[in-house]
Amino acid sequence: MSNARNLSKLLGTDTQITTPDIADGVFQANKNLIINGAMTVAQRGTSVASSSGSVVRCVDRHRCFARGAGAATFSQTSTVPTGQGFANSLRADVTTVDSSLDSNDLYMIDQRLEGQDLQQLAKGTSDAKSITASFWVRSTKTGTYILTLFDDDNDRFIAKSYSISSADTWEYKTITFEGDTTGALDNDNNASFTLRWFLAAGTSYTSGTLATSWGAGVTANQAVGQTNFFDSNSNDFYITGIQLEVGDTATPFEHRSFGDELARCQRYYQVTQNFMGNAHSVSGVVGMVSLSGEMRANPAFSQNGVFKVTDGYTSDFVQSSTGGALYATKISNGYMLYLQNITGLTAGRSYHARCADTNVLIFDAEI
Amino acid sequence: MNKMNITNAKYQKDLSDKNVCINATFDGVELSVPLDPANRHYAEIMRQVDAGELTIADAE
Repeated sequence: MSNARNLSKLLGTDTQITTPDIADGVFQANKNLIINGAMTVAQRGTSVASSSGSVVRCVDRHRCFARGAGAATFSQTSTVPTGQGFANSLRADVTTVDSSLDSNDLYMIDQRLEGQDLQQLAKGTSDAKSITASFWVRSTKTGTYILTLFDDDNDRFIAKSYSISSADTWEYKTITFEGDTTGALDNDNNASFTLRWFLAAGTSYTSGTLATSWGAGVTANQAVGQTNFFDSNSNDFYITGIQLEVGDTATPFEHRSFGDELARCQRYYQVTQNFMGNAHSVSGVVGMVSLSGEMRANPAFSQNGVFKVTDGYTSDFVQSSTGGALYATKISNGYMLYLQNITGLTAGRSYHARCADTNVLIFDAEI
Repeated sequence: MNKMNITNAKYQKDLSDKNVCINATFDGVELSVPLDPANRHYAEIMRQVDAGELTIADAE
């Protein structure tokens, strides 16, 4: 969108920018409710294979899901629309075809949003506001695609279709979901909205009438008309520049710094090697892990490999296998962790992380 | 939509002998899960326990 068009849209028939214009959000900062919409942050890695029936994640915050005979690789790529300022996109690359969808087959990408971040929508009141999604998309497979917005608190949704008309060509899409006067969103840290891009869906999701207005959750109305993107292993689907903003107008994408986006993502998932504690026995260290910022909820802990600690002057001590337990929940921005399966420790002695390899401690508070 | 395959669920006690988390294997990944209903892994454990699909072993 050019600056001239922006100004024209802002001014309308007026000659001056007025306070109401600004209040309408044209210049609003932090307008994008989507995190990592430009696909820049990928803490887990830049590529992941689908796992039938299970959510997998590549770029942060975006859930990728496949259930059926088909499979795909989801990856962060540098294929982007020209001239829009993006460096990355999320790609779904079909690796196994599902040309005959079973009724419950489902392939999709989505992002879930906390209710406390959505109160400005006044959902469930007479003042309920519209919300507009915009994004850049490119697909080998042309046809009708469905974008559905779910209200997870009240089991309601609204679905809209969009068309990909030219194969392997970036297209800019804007979709407005009208305000919903029914069903207030919980003001908490749990999921209240899910914004879902369908890639393919069986008749359980497509046999009804597309719910283009808000209504109670009838599964058959979620994705009516959705093309089967999984009908060829030559198919690639790219998406970037996702923005979800209050109002009925899509405005230019809000580019954030990498640090800003990373910090937002770390509310849901982060990794660290920052660990220091004392040997509780000859085989385990109880210590503190300091994290960046406060996570959405108490996170689950895991490891991507055995961890190494040192007392600083004798030797390194390596876990024989991964293993640990969260000993206490949130203490400021840290957690108390019992790191197990280490041999040769001296009880009571201090140990800290030996950050000599790529293995990390993982904390997951995704919705 | 996303039913996690959970095995080997077992409570863990802290130094004061109180249950503080559940260690379990989720889709092949070992996790230590806080007893927090807002945590999606804990919520799924409780959903499967309530459905009679999962039992959590006591801590040793």
